[in-house]
Amino acid sequence: MSPRRMNPARISLRRLLHNRHWYRFSRNSLSLVGLLMVLTITLAALFAPWVAPYPGNAGPGVDFAHASQPPSRAHWFGTDISGRDELSRVIFGYRVSLSVGVIVLAIAVPIGVVVGLLAGYYRDWVEMVLMRVTDVFLSVPPLVLALAILGVLAPSLRNAMLAIAAMWWPWYARLIFNITRTLTGQGYVVAAKVLGASDAHILFVEILPNCMASLLTKITLDIGFVILTAASLGFLGLGVQAPTPELGSMVAEGAQNLPDLWWMSVFPGLGILVAVLGFNLLGDGLRDLMDVEV
Amino acid sequence: MNLPRYLVRRLFACLATFVGVSILIFGIARVIPGDPARIALGPTATDEQVREFRIQLGLDQPLPQQYAHYVSGLLHGDLGVSLYTNAPVARDLRAGFPATFELVLVATLFMVGIGIPLGVIAARHRDGAADNVIRLGALLGVVTPSFVWAVLLMLVFSDYLGWLPIDGRLSETVSPPPSVTGLYLVDSLLAGQPHVFLNALEHIILPATALSLASIGQTTRLTRANVAEAYASPYIEMARAYGISGRRIASRYALRPALIPTLTILGLDIAAKLGNAFLVETVFGWPGMAQYGVQAILHKDLNGIVGTVLVIAAFFLVINMIVDAAVTVLDPRIRLGAQGA
Repeated sequence: MSPRRMNPARISLRRLLHNRHWYRFSRNSLSLVGLLMVLTITLAALFAPWVAPYPGNAGPGVDFAHASQPPSRAHWFGTDISGRDELSRVIFGYRVSLSVGVIVLAIAVPIGVVVGLLAGYYRDWVEMVLMRVTDVFLSVPPLVLALAILGVLAPSLRNAMLAIAAMWWPWYARLIFNITRTLTGQGYVVAAKVLGASDAHILFVEILPNCMASLLTKITLDIGFVILTAASLGFLGLGVQAPTPELGSMVAEGAQNLPDLWWMSVFPGLGILVAVLGFNLLGDGLRDLMDVEV
Repeated sequence: MNLPRYLVRRLFACLATFVGVSILIFGIARVIPGDPARIALGPTATDEQVREFRIQLGLDQPLPQQYAHYVSGLLHGDLGVSLYTNAPVARDLRAGFPATFELVLVATLFMVGIGIPLGVIAARHRDGAADNVIRLGALLGVVTPSFVWAVLLMLVFSDYLGWLPIDGRLSETVSPPPSVTGLYLVDSLLAGQPHVFLNALEHIILPATALSLASIGQTTRLTRANVAEAYASPYIEMARAYGISGRRIASRYALRPALIPTLTILGLDIAAKLGNAFLVETVFGWPGMAQYGVQAILHKDLNGIVGTVLVIAAFFLVINMIVDAAVTVLDPRIRLGAQGA
């Protein structure tokens, strides 16, 4: 029997798609609400030019004839001081938020996973060096570290994503390190080693698939929190630069016009909340389903 | 291993981490694309002026030497001069630190004082109406950014209801109490000025609430999960069989084991609060260290940025050490575990 055949990981990936599990997932109404929210936001962002009621007035396009209008039938979320439609801006803002969520994790997760795998498998000095570095990153409050990095780089979307990724990978290193450490002693890993499998094979074919359930759950939860963090940076003026609509900077812009134009900050704020909430409910559902710790 | 030795070992680990942090922050600040001297002097300065300023800042020396210079300054409590306010960074930070500390402290009190009881109530009435309401509230707390809370609280309690002020730490007509700790709430009581205390309290409620709602939610969720787990264990059933009252079981038997994990996340939560303070202070015009940090970042004031981050990291490490020590004292298993490792 080849080591691959003995690998219980294949079961855990198949579990996700199994009908019985979909049934269990769908029994939990909150998870379904989360899934629905995530789907709605994603579709709205993807098809923003068609979904937004005033796609021309979401970015640079201004319309001073309709400036500073409270929510109405024509403008559900009202308009800002340059007459741009807030609902359209929120929908376009989701494009930025979701891309940041995906890109940041696409950078941070592989780094964290490789660091965690190496540290957990080789132990000794590899563990000491890698986990010490991880600890150093973890001992600066995350948002503060991102702010420091942005402080020296020019504020832009690309740099904001780099800064968030730089503060995010250590959490994945920690997670994968802990799992790898427990798995390394397991029978099937030892068996693979005895059969002469290479370290790369053991790490990526034997151990990594068994981290997948935890990893996918954490990624789902984290997309929401990355969106939240990116919005925080945008709020401070350190993310996307105007006139691209971004939820955090929209709240900041609105906060300057409080209390009169309350809709300018309240609706983008709720927009962030809905996105984070959606990914959270979905992630919680996955966690219960796969029964993992993250 | 005895307790003092364990703590000393932790202290050294912390110091090592802090050295790592100082290298990390210094590294970030020095790989900056562009010349900090040029940024500080502005586009009108001549090349000659910039070159002189570089020498004055020590930017012409090799990196390790710059770092050594920086560390020796650090050990003397010297964080350099802000390129933006032209005042020593250490002095600026000392002026802002008490305001931020007071804010984080009050927010932490809210988190412990509200989050833990809510978690216990939710666990006692598991899956009942109270539990569902509390869980939903906690979830909303966690997923809403602190600056959105800040804006909403401001709109409702200050602009709409007019209950609470939002202009800094004190009203303009009230003079600050004589400084002892720098915390207005404490100093005003020490000086016997109840009206100053009330004024400071009015001012801190909204920012502290905005800052704490996420961690209240987090604490509630964690406490609920741990207390619920305790309720499922045999010793609670035993206590029930003895006829001990439900209230007593909740407060004495179920809560205690649940407190340790809560304490562990306390450190992490304070880190999150220090980060969110940057946002909340901006909204409320709170004259703290975080607002100074934001200004430093927006003006590319390298010494200001490095100083702010180092102080926050040091503060965070100290908090974590205290939390670590507290957990170790409360839970001997951790010490025994450390012995095995």
